[in-house]
Amino acid sequence: MTALPTKTDRKLGLVIDLDTCVGCHACVINCKEWNTSNYGVPLSDSDAYGAAPEGTFLNRVHSYEVTPEAGPAQAVHFPKSCLHCDDAPCVTVCPTGASYKRGEDGIVLVDESACMGCGLCAWACPYGARELDALAGVMKKCTLCVDRIYNQNLPEEDREPACVRTCPAGARHFGDLGDPESDVSRLVAARGGVDLMPEMGTRPVNKYLPPRVKDRMTQEAEPLPSRTDGPSGFLKWLDSALEAL
Amino acid sequence: MHPAPSVIVFTALSGLGFGLLTWLGLGQPDVLGWAAFGMYFLAYALAVGGLLASAFHLGNPKNAPRAFSQWRTSWLSREAVISVAALLTVAPFAFGRIFLGGAPGWLGLLGAVLCLATVFSTSMIYTQLKTVPRWSQPLTPVLFVAYALAGGALLAGQSTAAGVLLVLLGGTQLAAWHIGDGRFAASGATLETATGLGAIGRVRLLEPPHSGGNYLLREMAFDVGRKHAAKLRVVGLVLAVVLPLLIVLLAPNNLVAIGLAVLLHLTGVFAARWLFFAEAQHVVSLYYGK
Repeated sequence: MTALPTKTDRKLGLVIDLDTCVGCHACVINCKEWNTSNYGVPLSDSDAYGAAPEGTFLNRVHSYEVTPEAGPAQAVHFPKSCLHCDDAPCVTVCPTGASYKRGEDGIVLVDESACMGCGLCAWACPYGARELDALAGVMKKCTLCVDRIYNQNLPEEDREPACVRTCPAGARHFGDLGDPESDVSRLVAARGGVDLMPEMGTRPVNKYLPPRVKDRMTQEAEPLPSRTDGPSGFLKWLDSALEAL
Repeated sequence: MHPAPSVIVFTALSGLGFGLLTWLGLGQPDVLGWAAFGMYFLAYALAVGGLLASAFHLGNPKNAPRAFSQWRTSWLSREAVISVAALLTVAPFAFGRIFLGGAPGWLGLLGAVLCLATVFSTSMIYTQLKTVPRWSQPLTPVLFVAYALAGGALLAGQSTAAGVLLVLLGGTQLAAWHIGDGRFAASGATLETATGLGAIGRVRLLEPPHSGGNYLLREMAFDVGRKHAAKLRVVGLVLAVVLPLLIVLLAPNNLVAIGLAVLLHLTGVFAARWLFFAEAQHVVSLYYGK
């Protein structure tokens, strides 16, 4: 049944630091690489070498410009993937039972063998986290790399989502957001992590850390006194000669 | 939202078919034998044809039978279950009317209620989506049921009922458009809330995630319709409501007049239903600066 669990034992999710993200898209690429060759059908591309290439991605990086009331605008790179919402509307709309949220860790998954590809879950998601694969005709979404995080065949340092493992800036963090003492929960508390589109009532697990306040000039600085005593020798003669002209 | 032809055909035809079945279940018109056969055949063709059309937009139709399983949570699943229940309930009633010279009224009444419940479930598939604020309003189910009842009354040759229902339909449609126009702003969703960056300042898309298209843009950021929305509203309203109403009021109640009224109405329903999708803006379009 596509009913949501009343509570989940853990709330595994991501914390994305918008202050640190440099917009390199490495998370997008590593996500595609891992998820096209592991859990579920591959993430297909169409017209990959043609005029209008496109494909299925579980994670995409937008870039935004934010302009404050006063002061300069700033660019913010914004990775976006499934937020593994507590009140996931994508799960309850599913007519076939393919979409579900796990009670043990809160991960939202699609059972591709049950999906009929109606696309209603993608309509129900405010975040654009679900994409119907054009080739396979089934719904694809972030699995939080469920096939990595519990995978005993991988070295321990690799047992985190591919996007987190690859991020060269350390802008992505993975952990249990249901435990207030976890590293990710403390990070969210310390940095004022926010929910995306809270007005949609989805109660997302993933949190976004807003960019830190930039350093600002607090007072007008005095210019340093000039340290030159004027030219000497030939240059002094040239200077006075040119002045005299 | 992308106005997929299969979904427009599905909602328009099945709505009309279940509308006609509702009237037939209520015994209006009180037909028996061959006359009943013709009317039930038409109603089933529309209802079942519409339901089959909905299967054409599925990416993986082999799993379609599973859509009957999640009726406890999913409106789409409820629609599947109730539509089949409606068709199976009306079937013995129709059989009695066609071949046995009559059928128990309570069976027809039950069938009529299930037919309306099917249309209501269809409408709830759209109404439940907070992500499409235009659809997420109480008038959406009223509108779908009004279209089904008015169209069904036209097809059933119930001139008086059709006249009254067409007026109600027109009013509901105008109100739904008017309320719908303010729904996106009322939802509170902006690019600032979508990115969580509103505390810093105004947000503008600098660079999309990719230069090409994608599923989300095709499916949910369709904006061609909004350009012609005003014109299409007039076309839809005139064809679906005004002209059929004039025919019902002024023309003699014969097969030609009814046929013409139904054809005009159906064309108008297609225009209005196309607009229902094309005009609706999904909140995910915010992320793409649309």
